[in-house]
Amino acid sequence: MKLVILGCGRVGATFASQMDKAGHSVAVIDSNSDSFQRLDPHFQGDRLIGNGVDEDVLRRAGIEKADAFIAVTNGDNRNIMASQIAKEIFHVQRVVCRIYDPIRHSTYRDLGIETICPTIIGVDMLLNALQSAKQK
Amino acid sequence: MYIIVGGGGDVGYYLTRNLLSHGHEVLLLEKNATRAQSLAEELGQAVAKGDACEARTMEEAGVTRADVVIAVTGEDEDNLVICQMAKQRFNVTRTIARLNNPKHEELFQRLGIDTTISPTKAILSLIESELPGTHFVLLMTLKKAGLEIVELIIPPLSPVAGKRLDQINLPRKSTLALIIRDDEQIFPTAETVLMAGDEVYALLNREGEEELRRTFGTV
Repeated sequence: MKLVILGCGRVGATFASQMDKAGHSVAVIDSNSDSFQRLDPHFQGDRLIGNGVDEDVLRRAGIEKADAFIAVTNGDNRNIMASQIAKEIFHVQRVVCRIYDPIRHSTYRDLGIETICPTIIGVDMLLNALQSAKQK
Repeated sequence: MYIIVGGGGDVGYYLTRNLLSHGHEVLLLEKNATRAQSLAEELGQAVAKGDACEARTMEEAGVTRADVVIAVTGEDEDNLVICQMAKQRFNVTRTIARLNNPKHEELFQRLGIDTTISPTKAILSLIESELPGTHFVLLMTLKKAGLEIVELIIPPLSPVAGKRLDQINLPRKSTLALIIRDDEQIFPTAETVLMAGDEVYALLNREGEEELRRTFGTV
């Protein structure tokens, strides 16, 4: 599978390194070259410096042939816009977008974008942890 | 009209001042507290501190009764989200976004933003029209109608110089609206004769641009 990952923070870098190790073709984009230090030292994929909402940067990352696009920068709006470019302009089959704000998450999910909201997931996990602690 | 403006930079500030002076009810949202404070010192209650991308801020701003939401921050992704949230979540009928990168125009239109304004593009064509030796300038795009307003200067060796308008084959969907010759304004008719050096203002369908350039010899 060919993957383009936008954002090389903790999540982006870890995910990119894992997918690369599993034998997939991976390109990672980040606006700051220092971020690439988070990648596994054996990472063999492409590293691109640039703005993820710039179509030319996405093209250089190979988005036209990508099977999936993952937007995990620390900006909700940047992830949202980049995901819509991937979907609407480049017709990438799988697009997954991280959105911290639960309200934006539900609005864009309704618009047909596959969204992940770490805030909701984190809160659920905390609740579960508390409940299971009580049961013990 | 009740208008919500997102982003209190220079554009947001002058826009708000202008809209207020036209008698509209305006609320300018600026997320930076210091900037919001200094804007409020001049514009008073028309300014509130808040992020127009946040649904709660927009609810407090009374977005459901807003006639128009205008997003003019310096970041295209923020402008996109402000407008999409206003439309999708709060059913605002009219959204206007400032585009910092003109390349995003098509995307914004496809994503349902009603109007996009690209200052970068406007400035470029204004400067272009002031450069010596330029014969063809795109002045304005009427997006909904799919039309362009262009300015062209008839070059000395143009095939149309010295010809009457009814002798010239113009692109099918086009019209010459005005000719400026020295200080004279000419509203052209079939008998008008074109001359080298004439400034011609034309309204035309986007597809007709190449043909018009060829006809006038302005490449």
